[in-house]
Amino acid sequence: MLHLDHLDLSLPDFSLTADWQVPDCARVAIIGPSGAGKSTLLNAIAGFVVPTAGRIRWDGQDLAPLSPGDRPVSILFQDQNLFPHLTLTQNIGLGLSSRLRLTAQDQANIARALDRVGLSGLGQRRPAQLSGGQQGRAALARALLRARPLLLLDEPFAALGPALKSEMLDLVAAVADETGATVLMVTHDPDDAQRFADQTVLLADGLALAPVATRDLFANPPQALRDYLG
Amino acid sequence: MASRTRPLNLWAAVTAAALGCLTLGTAVVVARQSGSLIPLPADWAAVRFTLLQAALSALISCVLAIPVARALARRCFAGRSLLITLMGAPFLLPTIVAVLGLLAIFGRAGAVNDLVAWVGLPRLSIYGLHGVVLAHVFLNLPLAVRMILLGWQGIPAERFRLAASLGLTPAAMTRHLELPMLRAVLPGAALVIFVLCLTSFAVALTLGGGPRATTVELAIYQALRFDYDPARAASLALMQFTLCALAAAAGWAVAREGGFGAGLDRPAPITAPGGWRRIADAAAITLAAAFLLIPLAAIVYRGVPGVVDLPTGLPQAMARSVAVALASTLLTGVAALTLALAVAARTKGATLFEAAAMLPLAASGLVLGTGLFLLVRPFARPEDLALPVTVLVNATLALPFVYRLLMPQARALHANYDRLAQSLGLSGWHRLAWVTLPRLSRPLGFGLGVAAALSMGDLGVITLFAGERGVTLPLLVHRLMGSYRMEAAASAALILVCASFALFALFDWMGRRAAP
Repeated sequence: MLHLDHLDLSLPDFSLTADWQVPDCARVAIIGPSGAGKSTLLNAIAGFVVPTAGRIRWDGQDLAPLSPGDRPVSILFQDQNLFPHLTLTQNIGLGLSSRLRLTAQDQANIARALDRVGLSGLGQRRPAQLSGGQQGRAALARALLRARPLLLLDEPFAALGPALKSEMLDLVAAVADETGATVLMVTHDPDDAQRFADQTVLLADGLALAPVATRDLFANPPQALRDYLG
Repeated sequence: MASRTRPLNLWAAVTAAALGCLTLGTAVVVARQSGSLIPLPADWAAVRFTLLQAALSALISCVLAIPVARALARRCFAGRSLLITLMGAPFLLPTIVAVLGLLAIFGRAGAVNDLVAWVGLPRLSIYGLHGVVLAHVFLNLPLAVRMILLGWQGIPAERFRLAASLGLTPAAMTRHLELPMLRAVLPGAALVIFVLCLTSFAVALTLGGGPRATTVELAIYQALRFDYDPARAASLALMQFTLCALAAAAGWAVAREGGFGAGLDRPAPITAPGGWRRIADAAAITLAAAFLLIPLAAIVYRGVPGVVDLPTGLPQAMARSVAVALASTLLTGVAALTLALAVAARTKGATLFEAAAMLPLAASGLVLGTGLFLLVRPFARPEDLALPVTVLVNATLALPFVYRLLMPQARALHANYDRLAQSLGLSGWHRLAWVTLPRLSRPLGFGLGVAAALSMGDLGVITLFAGERGVTLPLLVHRLMGSYRMEAAASAALILVCASFALFALFDWMGRRAAP
């Protein structure tokens, strides 16, 4: 279970606090105006931003001493999710072993993960030879194999068209089901939240509100959400 | 955004400390050992000559470079990109080879003097101020052309299109587009060349000398080698250090932009005027190419016949030079990469690391050499340490170039892929092998090639330390010239220049091949 315990990410010209928990296997959308700190919140959980105060716990364990690679986290960034000079197999393999000494078993697992995300037989391609959607799928294949219990999405599909994006969200849901992961997804699109997330965190006025059921939130939007939706 | 604070990078700190010791530490040693702090009249003469020749060299190089750069910027012709590539070559050309080539054309028995004698005038001497300036212009004109050409190519093509659509005359176009660019670019180009000429040693050693044409760098060498006067050498070195530090401080902002960038061979986007301007442009390009290429051709012409009967000791000198070049290249590469990665990652102390990487710009080979000479003298015979000291000094002097070549890519690498690498738990050697080296291999290969060629052709600190034996290839060329064996010197020079360019090409090729 993810627990943001009196978390404070404030800086001199920015403020964001959060104090809530997310149950296991939940799918949470994080919405709010730009500049509210959606990405900052994700980056703090992933270990790239140091909290001003408070704790981030996973199953009771404080994550503060853990480096980003040691946290129970897979994260998909807005872009640059793959190294352009490595093949897909190598890119995914780096998620398994940083020495890239891949056993036959690893190779088979990578091939299966590629099958699973619809990239059968493309293991030897470089990212530049793939479309944007395919690159997203490859990053998801790596998340699938790493099977970390927390999957963070920092708008990795923002550049895709609506049809492709909902396809990718379905794939994320499938991957999360298989690995039993909790998913936190930043989005600026209310449709994404309603389509994908059973719960939603609203960021407003320096506060990340506790997650509430997405359906209830949109059925009866608070003033901050009405302002955002316009 | 408050990023995770990064611990001090220990390797970068060690590298920076070593650089500090080598550049500032030797200066302290020199200062402590310097004799009277009141310079002799001869010392002031050396300072005056040093400043005069550097200023003249910078001025003439830049003035001559303007028409050449403009012609290259606006004309399309066969061999244009080859010529621009060749403009980068003199930077890697061993100075002693350039001098030998100039002697073949402008020397007492050179082609120009033959012509002068044929007309009936007295033969000209290349030795002295004009010889030193001639050699510096030969070596730096291409650098000036490339820097000014970058300025021309930096003017957006839309600006020229707009000017053309407004029907501006060529003179108006010059006033509104080209003069502002030149005002911005020329001071920097001149300053870079001024600094390079300030510490130039081999040119002064071969074409200067005597009370009227001795640079500070040369005076240090003479005080140490001929007068056996370490105290005087030390006070001269202190003066030279002060000069270089002042010039480097002035050039700090300017020198941060590399003089040789990529993207120089895109086609001319400028619509060029015809008429007499076309002829003037052709003349500028032809004259510049002739000035740069004929002395080199002379080396080949004179050197080739002697290659079948090479002077004794050449293979050994060659082996020593290659070993020195490879060792100093390895040292520079490791140090530059360590500092560039630490600065790009903005670790604690990054500002200090950046300053350390730039420190050698304020150093000169002979000042470093004098400091090391004074340091080792109580414990060992200098000639026993000639090669290790040369390796160390060459590695130090090449470091700013390699660092500057690496820096843009290192910053991009950090900005684009640091978080991904961290999130995958990639660190240490694995990160170096799988991410850093593949992403940086192009600038690294190019930078190491530059370092290797510079070290291979260097005739500086080795002259302070070398004894009868243990000579490097540039020193062998110099000694052959000193004993007037010009044919043998030309052959050795030909082999030296081939080896230098081969080393450069080898590293550059390896970098390209390793690049994804």
